[in-house]
Amino acid sequence: MSTTSQELDQKQAVTALRRKDLLGIAELSPGEIELILDTAEAMKEVGTRPIKKVPALRGKTVVNLFFEPSTRTRTSFEIAEKRLSADTLSIAIGTSSVVKGETLADTALNLEAMSPDMIVLRHASSGACHFLSRVCRSAIINAGDGMHEHPTQALLDAFTIRERKKQLAGLKVAIVGDLLHSRVLRSNIHLLTKLGADVWVCGPPTLIPTDIRRFGVTPTSVVEEAVRDADVIMLLRIQLERMEGAYFPSLREYFRVFGMTEERLLLAKSDVMIMHPGPMNRGVEIASEVADGPYSVILDQVANGVAVRMAVLYLLAGGVEHEEAA
Amino acid sequence: MKRLLKGGRVVDPANGIDGVHDVLIEDGRIARVGRDLPVDDATVLEIPSGLVVCPGLIDMHVHLREPGQEHKETVASGVASAVAGGFTAVACMPNTTPVNDNANVTLLILAKAAEAKLAHVYPIGAVSKGSKGELLADIAELKQAGCVAITDDGHPVATALLMRRALEYAGMFGMPVIEHCEDPSLKGDGVAHEGFHAASLGLRGIPGAAEALGVERGVLLSELTGSAFHVAHMSARASMRAVRNGKDVGVRVTCEVAPHHFTLTDEALGSPIPYDTNTKMNPPLREAADRDAMLAGIVDGTVDVIATDHAPHHYDEKKVEFDRAPFGIVGLETAVPLSLDRLVHSGLIRLPRLVELLSTAPARILRVPGGSLSPGSPADITILAPDLKVRIRASQLRSRSKNTPFDGWELRGGVAATIIHGRTVYVNPEMGSGVI
Repeated sequence: MSTTSQELDQKQAVTALRRKDLLGIAELSPGEIELILDTAEAMKEVGTRPIKKVPALRGKTVVNLFFEPSTRTRTSFEIAEKRLSADTLSIAIGTSSVVKGETLADTALNLEAMSPDMIVLRHASSGACHFLSRVCRSAIINAGDGMHEHPTQALLDAFTIRERKKQLAGLKVAIVGDLLHSRVLRSNIHLLTKLGADVWVCGPPTLIPTDIRRFGVTPTSVVEEAVRDADVIMLLRIQLERMEGAYFPSLREYFRVFGMTEERLLLAKSDVMIMHPGPMNRGVEIASEVADGPYSVILDQVANGVAVRMAVLYLLAGGVEHEEAA
Repeated sequence: MKRLLKGGRVVDPANGIDGVHDVLIEDGRIARVGRDLPVDDATVLEIPSGLVVCPGLIDMHVHLREPGQEHKETVASGVASAVAGGFTAVACMPNTTPVNDNANVTLLILAKAAEAKLAHVYPIGAVSKGSKGELLADIAELKQAGCVAITDDGHPVATALLMRRALEYAGMFGMPVIEHCEDPSLKGDGVAHEGFHAASLGLRGIPGAAEALGVERGVLLSELTGSAFHVAHMSARASMRAVRNGKDVGVRVTCEVAPHHFTLTDEALGSPIPYDTNTKMNPPLREAADRDAMLAGIVDGTVDVIATDHAPHHYDEKKVEFDRAPFGIVGLETAVPLSLDRLVHSGLIRLPRLVELLSTAPARILRVPGGSLSPGSPADITILAPDLKVRIRASQLRSRSKNTPFDGWELRGGVAATIIHGRTVYVNPEMGSGVI
């Protein structure tokens, strides 16, 4: 998917997210992505102040509805919401009615009866956010749906790359790991290809989605090919249960063939960035020496997550009080 | 009592008839088909020009849900839907609650059908007790009670050995074994066709090979046993190849294709409504090459039958996350418009071939009455309006369930009226009063 000149013209004009929801990167134009990233820069500055709070979302109610365990993403959204002065509440599965057999639609409609402005949804089913957006009037923000998308993760990844490399166009980005089951992968390939990066994806053939070339990326199972001259290497989590599905024989063998070692890192550009959306499996997809090494920006990603989520919340809420926030 | 259908285009491929004829009905049976038949004491029904008189359509793959799942459909609502779709007979699948694996369930279904007095209902019994894939069901008892075939539909027959035994045993009664072809391990927990669109939407895939493996198994076992094997709801191009190869070497294999599999592709998963659970069925909507292979098989004769796999589900069951929704859509009332629009008006086949697919062939495979207008046959007649502009409205369906991906579709061709045993049981209100 290449950026057309029309889209580039559009980019100049985009100053607001004129949409109800953030369901995925697939629906966003390059201009909208740039707008979120630009806004996140202003939001990042808020986090450096002694009093880390702006009144942008004062009086707005945000519900964080998490049907899957999450530490990083939920905390990041909560901090972002609080820094924007929103009234927030978080509901995790197990404390909700879902255990009593209530449907997702009913849970959401009951919450909506109490008039929240936004619902941040994490759910194990792909498409759960699309489904909810058809049922609810509230803005839906996708915090990860099944194997489909995790748009704020891709946005914070892009923000982190842009901080170091100024722009994404022309960069070689290698994404290595469990591609098949990864929502982070899908959001990232939409975003990176929309902004003109050269995206390589790498993993065992058992973990590469069907027809992945049609996404505009280059697949390979030779990790050396993927990382050679790469500007950015993103590693994706390998889940233990994948061995039971016979996707690969053992974690040890996975590390031997695909693990990111210091040796393999030498093939990349000298200023390569190492990224991981977390949680990491040290010694499986990434060697500890690489995770803790000088090229790793893994903790920067986490820090930037708050700024990017502030930007998304703010822009979806209307973005009218921009000056006040910045 | 006599009725004379006067002046329609009569299409009866079993008797090689395609032209303007009259049809004389006497005491619920076809008495004569011919030009300018004398009226005598018959009640005359003038057939307006442009309409087509053909043997009643037979849908050999429907789920009537009774007993046990009456919130989705009942025999009564199912046959009402059938006649509104132009079907004078349906064969219903045994995956009810309890499973139709004994005469009591079969007789209950037949009693409900007799009460409804609409389309004929031909129950299909289970291959195995409880469709569990372990012990054969009492197939002679099922046959005697009125079952016309056996299947464990919803699932494939568990093992090759059981399938072999079922073919051999049911063959004794001349009953075909109908198979939901699928390798369960390859299907896994898949919910959509394994292809670009499922990959993009993050949906777990079911490859076409999962179905084709089941088809290959059935063809080989049909060859081994010499018994009739029928492939249900075929969707994958590799399956079509397997059936074609089997037929080429004389294996007694037949197959059916559902209208949604010759109309839609997996692109419908993401557009116009992303993750619309009415695009979720098993086998799944496949990619364009598979859809085109279904069309090619319909044209070249590899496909024997069009059957709907009418699978009603309550809206509560479909109004959930995609991967939690049940598989299936209703099909009885959309089959004729889709077939006329996509197959006949597109120029792929002509009307006699369509009548063969929807009436002659299913009657032959199930060995049930109908499928022709031969004198002495029951006067089960469908009158088609091939040029009627039809707009599908889910809310207007007679079925108790409205789960269709075709809501709002505008198609060319529909049903004008349905006649069973000489009695008009359905007239399309769109035809205008007094036309039929």
